[in-house]
Amino acid sequence: MIQNMQAGQLISLAINDQVKEAYVRNSDTLLYTLREQFGLVGAKPGCNNGDCGSCTVLVDGIPINSCHILSVEAVGHKITTIEGLTDSTIQQAFIGNWAIQCGYCTPGYILNIYALIQTYPDADDAMINEWLESNICRCTGYQEIKEAVKNTLIARKINE
Amino acid sequence: MKTESYTVIGKSVPRVDMPDKAFGRTKYTNDVTIPGVLHAKLHTSTRAHAVIKSINLAKAWEVPGVRAILTGDAFPFPVGPMLADRPPLAVNKVRYCGEPIAVVVADNIHQAKKAATLIDVEYEDLPVVNSPAEAMKSNAQLIHENLSNYKVQVKGVYPTPNTNIANLTKIRKGNMQTGWEASDITIESRVSFTPADHAALETRCARVEILSNGRVMVYSSTQGPFYVRKLLSEFFHIDAGMISVQTPLVGGAFGGKGTVQLEFIAYLASRAVGGKMVKIENSREEDLIMSPVHIGLDASVKLGATKDGKLKAAEIKFLFDSGAYSDTGAGISKAAASDCTGPYAIENVHCDSYCVYTNHPYATSFRGFGHPELTFAVEKAMDKLAARLQVDPFELRLLNAIGPGDTTPTQVNLNASNIGDVSSCLTKIRNLIGWNPNKNVQTTRDGKIRTKGISCFWKTSSTPPNATAGAVLTFNTDGSINLNCAAVELGQGTKTVLGQILAEKLKMDTKDIHVTLEVNTQYDPHQWKTVASSTTMIAGRAVLAAAEDAIKQLKNVGSTVLKSSPEDLDIAKGRIFLKDSPEYGVKITDVAVGYKYPNGNTVGGLVVGNGSYNVRHLTPLDPETGFGKPGPQWGVGAQAVEVEYNPKDYTYKIVKAATVLDAGKVINPQAAIGQMRGGMYLGLSWATRESFTFDDKGIVLNPQLRTYDILRASETPEYLVDFVETPLVDGPYGARGMGEYGVIGMAGALANSLSAACAADLNQLPLTPELIWKLVEGKGDVQ
Repeated sequence: MIQNMQAGQLISLAINDQVKEAYVRNSDTLLYTLREQFGLVGAKPGCNNGDCGSCTVLVDGIPINSCHILSVEAVGHKITTIEGLTDSTIQQAFIGNWAIQCGYCTPGYILNIYALIQTYPDADDAMINEWLESNICRCTGYQEIKEAVKNTLIARKINE
Repeated sequence: MKTESYTVIGKSVPRVDMPDKAFGRTKYTNDVTIPGVLHAKLHTSTRAHAVIKSINLAKAWEVPGVRAILTGDAFPFPVGPMLADRPPLAVNKVRYCGEPIAVVVADNIHQAKKAATLIDVEYEDLPVVNSPAEAMKSNAQLIHENLSNYKVQVKGVYPTPNTNIANLTKIRKGNMQTGWEASDITIESRVSFTPADHAALETRCARVEILSNGRVMVYSSTQGPFYVRKLLSEFFHIDAGMISVQTPLVGGAFGGKGTVQLEFIAYLASRAVGGKMVKIENSREEDLIMSPVHIGLDASVKLGATKDGKLKAAEIKFLFDSGAYSDTGAGISKAAASDCTGPYAIENVHCDSYCVYTNHPYATSFRGFGHPELTFAVEKAMDKLAARLQVDPFELRLLNAIGPGDTTPTQVNLNASNIGDVSSCLTKIRNLIGWNPNKNVQTTRDGKIRTKGISCFWKTSSTPPNATAGAVLTFNTDGSINLNCAAVELGQGTKTVLGQILAEKLKMDTKDIHVTLEVNTQYDPHQWKTVASSTTMIAGRAVLAAAEDAIKQLKNVGSTVLKSSPEDLDIAKGRIFLKDSPEYGVKITDVAVGYKYPNGNTVGGLVVGNGSYNVRHLTPLDPETGFGKPGPQWGVGAQAVEVEYNPKDYTYKIVKAATVLDAGKVINPQAAIGQMRGGMYLGLSWATRESFTFDDKGIVLNPQLRTYDILRASETPEYLVDFVETPLVDGPYGARGMGEYGVIGMAGALANSLSAACAADLNQLPLTPELIWKLVEGKGDVQ
């Protein structure tokens, strides 16, 4: 039983446009592998239960709690972590709107909002709120985060 | 106001820690992977009160990679910050659900977890004390049989042997008989709520390694690196200088990281494996209940007033639910007693503030340190009094607002500096929220009821009388300055604000100030803790002192170079120059690391600026009367909440939340607004939904974020923030505290607003629709 728990395999993951290899246990979550094997510690273990969103990464562009997906399940998918987010518009919006205090929720939020903007560039307040529901920020009271999202959406429309 | 004359103070200088946080580059305590580190995992109690009959470790030892398993006998002595009453691992009995019983140390975390689950503990249940009221009964089950043997660590903590009372602070001011006789009207109010949690997103974690020379290396997510060092030194008899504590940026704290818990266990674990580095990290479930929580309260307030509404007497009883151990609960009960009346001038005050043991998870400081709790009780009572007097709750507060010339419950004389302006805050909040006593209850077209509620608050920082901070400035060859100070960056922006204070003093650009973000007790000067909204004041003053020291040294060397007396020199924009001919000067770059003449001769050494500050004239409180000075100054403010209540299903929406704080001086407006909004959010989240649910055996039914509900983005109100600036003479540029204040009056304002909407006395928290339904329908005490 204990030995089975340790059973694992060599996998290749496409992370941030790079192919990375690791020997993982079958039961390792993607969050664990990102942090412990690849040093991609921007994904945070806030609850390991899918409740707080701090470990959010993009899997094929969709925000996923990386504590809720096994590393072996991530094979064949395109994974983006905060370290690989090269379009820094939303990061700059977070900085410009003071949407960061302790910063622990920030990577998860930024990836979540990045996906929102890519998927629904015309998102209204209701949709923004719905997307923001999946994450917890314990410091800001959310107003600055909402402003960062709205200002980014507005800026995109002006630029179009 | 001298705002115009400042160049950096009062400006929204971007926070220095934001860019790395936005790009996921900030490393928190547990974001480092260390080859060879051993992993610790706890086995925690499934019972709230039970004798430990046996602990079977046999199966746990069978798990490969297990290097040590420790139980209470590894260190069977109580520890604690104020009253040493808590063994790091349970000894003989457990006193709360979630209490650590054993710790497994293994090669990897999976092995440690597996082994921890295989530990088998046999319990014999004891009667459970499930509320502070139960704990106070004369025949109550004792939670600590040997209370009289515990060592009091801090003067001013008074446990009562053979009871469940860990501390009693008494306030006796004026004469109660006189007060009641002068009162035409008296009201009584009682409120209660069970413990809740801080729920900082970064769970508490620590690593400890003991080097071969005995040096103890600690890495911890804490608000008090020096405090960790102090307690490890005291309880494990290690010279303080042999302990090094390092803290990088902290992922939220809210008071929950101001005490010491995991560090004790990690030290014992490392010691058990020959000093190898051991890492321990809370799961969310452990962080919610195994580690200390937000205190509960059962409070009774009796107020007496003349028919004109002038307060004459207050009799207050606080039963703080400190849970199984006192931790800082003893200090919270003292702090709440010190400010028990709220910011109102009352000549006759009687308060008994108890820190009570129960079989709940133990409490520690929570943002506001007793004040969000006491303010809920007092502000509910004030609205009750206003209703009885049939006066506007706003006018009642304005009439009784405390100010210079009045005394606090502990009989500190207030003056124009040591207290903020309550009346101005009230006047501003009236405009901000649109308070109108005739229009505060309005029915919408779809049958919902819109109401407003207000509250007033004050708080002094109950710091120890020797609370201190220091700052060290060193200069770089480009003339920029490194600022080293042990204030911990928790997200509140303290490092930026301290940099601004330094930049203003040296008349420099903030881009030329490099504030060290991490704290290391080995090379940062001592600082008490980063708590109590006290860092801007204490560390800010230390920074000013260090700047003065550097200026003196720079002028000394500059006077040689410029052939003048130091008094004739000024410093600004990276230059030392003659006051009367500013064009004649020398660059700081050329002086701060020694001035080199053209022929190579050099004068002056490195400029190193040192400064420190210690709070002044604080005293413990008199055990019989509470007479004494608990803190340096009183920050004050007013808050308001507007709700839209649906009488059909008892649900409500928070429409607006407003705060006016007397900040003394706002050093960074955008950061200050963020602190106020975040404070209001935390207060509203607590007041609307956060609490632990206990079954009749004291078991916590919601120890995870799935079931411990937290206010999310769509549920937050429009936030309104404004400031009053009554300078604190001792504060840096007049600044008072800020960090905690936004939380304090939220529960009171929300409860007052909702009570007006549903016409029931909402005297419990959290204010869930279910609770409102029960209280409106007269279903009695739902607790």
